Amino acid sequence: MNLLIDREELARLHAHAVEGYPHEVVGILAGSRTNHRVHRVQPLVNERADSPANRYKVGGLVLMDAEQALEGEGFEIIGYYHSHPDHPSQYSDFDRDHALPNMSYLIASVRGGEISNTQSWRLLEDRTSMQEEAITIEN
Amino acid sequence: MTVSIRIPTPLRPYTDGESAVTVEGSTVGDALGSLTTVHGGLSKHLRDDKGVLRSFVNVYLSGEDIRFLDGETTPLTEGAVLTIVPSIAGGSR
Repeated sequence: MNLLIDREELARLHAHAVEGYPHEVVGILAGSRTNHRVHRVQPLVNERADSPANRYKVGGLVLMDAEQALEGEGFEIIGYYHSHPDHPSQYSDFDRDHALPNMSYLIASVRGGEISNTQSWRLLEDRTSMQEEAITIEN
Repeated sequence: MTVSIRIPTPLRPYTDGESAVTVEGSTVGDALGSLTTVHGGLSKHLRDDKGVLRSFVNVYLSGEDIRFLDGETTPLTEGAVLTIVPSIAGGSR
């Protein structure tokens, strides 16, 4: 599968990741599930105040409220993004353990406060690994 | 008891696209068991290898997190509504 994302929204996502550095940031990828295209990036608050440099979490009710607000605007939820400060954009075992199926997980690597690399992943059905999907930037 | 379980978007491919599934069960655990018996593809995403609900899988009964009730032994009444609400979590290392 190929993840399409509006250029401006990817820029907003990267700005969020840089702004949050050296902590991990997190948010929702919303748009059209049919086209697998992101039209809206929605930043959320990372609740892992105990270990923000290498962990993120958003509780279920907060997430549900945010998703329902986006759905109310006509968007569908395609997946989620987070940053890896001073770490590759490869998913971790911890990411895989906590991943939902049928969702895209975009990871932005931030090194020294600058975006280094961005990759998107989807959980395999048997949960043993995640498969990379290409990211196509759309104008 | 006949109860309803609301299914979040990423898990609906395992319930033939249904956003809510009606099942039988006298406790939360019973109802979830009925759900995964009918829709087997859900099981590995809801529970780990030991059969424990995954940490990011939250189950609410009428707005209350079952972790603050009696967990999966929480009794259900006729017409109860369970909602599966995933949280998201991860991190680099």
